[in-house]
Amino acid sequence: MEVLLGITGKDFTIVAASKAAMRGATILKASDDKTRALNSTSLMAFSGEAGDTVQFAEYIQANIQLYSMRNSMELSPTATANFVRGELARALRSRRPYTVNLILGGYDKIADKPTLYWIDYLASLAPVPYAAHGYAQYYCLSILDKHHHPDIDFEQGMKLLRMCTQELKRRLPIDFKGVVVKVITKDGIREQEYEDDVKVAIP
Amino acid sequence: MGSPFSINGGACVAMVGKDCVAIACDLRLGMQALTVSNNFPKIFNYGDVYLGLTGLATDVATVSDLFRYKVNMYRLREERNISPQTMANLVSSSLYERRFGPYFVSPVIAGINQTTGKPFICGFDSIGCIDFAKDFIVSGTASDQLFGTCEGLWEPDLGPEDLFETVSQALLNAVDRDALSGWGAHVYIIEKDKVTKRLLKGRQD
Repeated sequence: MEVLLGITGKDFTIVAASKAAMRGATILKASDDKTRALNSTSLMAFSGEAGDTVQFAEYIQANIQLYSMRNSMELSPTATANFVRGELARALRSRRPYTVNLILGGYDKIADKPTLYWIDYLASLAPVPYAAHGYAQYYCLSILDKHHHPDIDFEQGMKLLRMCTQELKRRLPIDFKGVVVKVITKDGIREQEYEDDVKVAIP
Repeated sequence: MGSPFSINGGACVAMVGKDCVAIACDLRLGMQALTVSNNFPKIFNYGDVYLGLTGLATDVATVSDLFRYKVNMYRLREERNISPQTMANLVSSSLYERRFGPYFVSPVIAGINQTTGKPFICGFDSIGCIDFAKDFIVSGTASDQLFGTCEGLWEPDLGPEDLFETVSQALLNAVDRDALSGWGAHVYIIEKDKVTKRLLKGRQD
């Protein structure tokens, strides 16, 4: 029951990932961060099989940072997304593939636009205005379909995220321990404070 | 989980007209019944050749990237664009290279040969067997429906405007009868020295 969410607006991308580290039915940790910053304008959130997730994320992170050092420039979010997809697709047809689902939030400084990429463990890549992985897809995509607009401001984006997390708290059978929220803008990546203990009315 | 060909869904069709060809695809990307994206085009351009790829989305991306690389290398070596016929043989041999671990795609090619001026379409199975057709080629999860609509609507020697109407109606009405395809379409009408790309809205449900 891992939750990954991504929402873009007029000048930002919000990425949220659940804080529960689970193993079977047990919650091992309630403050897990399922995100890695790849460079100053790309953030990757991941879920999937226990060992694969962090291994793959840090492999990608290291290679993206190596690229920045070698070329004295950062890879754009689109180039990053295609590199990540390529690595995942190569692994898919190897002896042991990575079972990892990803959401890549970024800010394209050249086009001056926020970006969001949805990648699943089969390495299907899709640019999207909003995204979710796992069970969150079934609850949140319909909410986002109804309420999302490409030109929303940051406050409206956070309101949308609140609607999504409230619905998940209401409907998911297992507590996901709230979410870590990161925001990518033209100024870089920052962690956003997020109140997890807001009461939900359960009918 | 069913066949890899029907996890993500999608449809593609190519048709021959008088001195023109058409190729069209839908825009859906799904995971089984859940729609993830409604802006996932399946037609890719390689100079004078258009390649439509339906099937598993990861292989659509992998194969389209692979042919971008191969066609660019061809263009550098030969200092000319690849012809549709040569592209067909390149696609066929590239797919057969993976005979015992295939890419789960059903490619469709459409283009006009710039030396002869003749329209050309063809389709493939996932291991590269070429289907040369004089009339139309269909592929994807709506292929059964497309066979029906194409068989009913297509006629020989259609002009570019009539061919656009025919291919559009064939695709739109076929994907409306398929739960895994739809959400709008891209339609290319290819003439000797003009290509028209149109975006169709289609049913959004």
